[in-house]
Amino acid sequence: MNIILKDDELGKIEKILSDNLINSGIKTAILIDTAGNVITYIDNGGYRKDIFPLAALVAGNFGAMKSIASILGESEFSLLFHKGKEKNIYLTRVGDAFILISVFDDDILLGFVRLKIDEVTAQLNKLRM
Amino acid sequence: MALINMRDKEIQVKIVYYGPAMGGKTTNLQYIYDKYQSRIKTEMVSIKTHGDRTLFFDFLPFDMGKIHDFNMRIQLYTVPGQIKYNSTRRLVLQGVDGMVFVADSQAEQRYKNVESLNNLKENLNVYNKDIFNVPIVMQYNKRDLAHDSTPLLSIGDLENDLNLHIKAPTFAASGITGMNIIPTLRRITIDTIAFIEKELQ
Repeated sequence: MNIILKDDELGKIEKILSDNLINSGIKTAILIDTAGNVITYIDNGGYRKDIFPLAALVAGNFGAMKSIASILGESEFSLLFHKGKEKNIYLTRVGDAFILISVFDDDILLGFVRLKIDEVTAQLNKLRM
Repeated sequence: MALINMRDKEIQVKIVYYGPAMGGKTTNLQYIYDKYQSRIKTEMVSIKTHGDRTLFFDFLPFDMGKIHDFNMRIQLYTVPGQIKYNSTRRLVLQGVDGMVFVADSQAEQRYKNVESLNNLKENLNVYNKDIFNVPIVMQYNKRDLAHDSTPLLSIGDLENDLNLHIKAPTFAASGITGMNIIPTLRRITIDTIAFIEKELQ
């Protein structure tokens, strides 16, 4: 089954990402599917040329973590967080088939990011994603 | 599972290079990367072991230009060929639109080719896909080794072993010299796009 994205759907998704994440200081927000395809992205972090490799690696990472969860008796880990010295990445499952990637600097509190991402996933789920 | 962006007129297609260990899957992608570096705006991603073998996958996004006014973004992946990495192979196959089966022409690899093809069939079944209903191209790699007096399987033997029932397009190829690497890519791309168009109608 192929995914067909129309203008108005993409506009709604981008508005949700922009209003909640980018306007809150998150540098880059990317919505991908679990096969590693890029649905859409907003990038203020200078990662434009690396968006597609990033999506492929995150989809692989999420898949690997699902297998690890299965060994531990969990169905999946619905969110993953990796902390760097200056950059951090937060990965969240949206619906059954999508993953939200959020990249942010150390100057934003993790709790605030989690709150914003929860709001975004709730709004995206309302779009029946 | 192709992703079709109607606003930006872009189609993303996932093509996976599958086959036995050390058969030349990564060499295929490396050749494509070297040949078309100016059209590939990013580095080729490889997740390897310390021994330089593919651990998870190689990934190469490739811009094929426009077809029917849509920009075609082809996402090329390889899988790890080593038997122990089956769960990883299965993960990479998720959402696959087209496949290249890279068989090793060396006579001593005969059994491993068949084993890998059977493994591909099983892993496709996990995603409710059937090898007879997904675009696939057979590539018989390492034909250049004939010059080193390495015993090779004949194309007829390879066809009998691997392609008797599937009847996929085939290419005798060499990842090292580049022979038929680009024609393989071109053929699987054309077949995959035609398949997606048919599905959309």
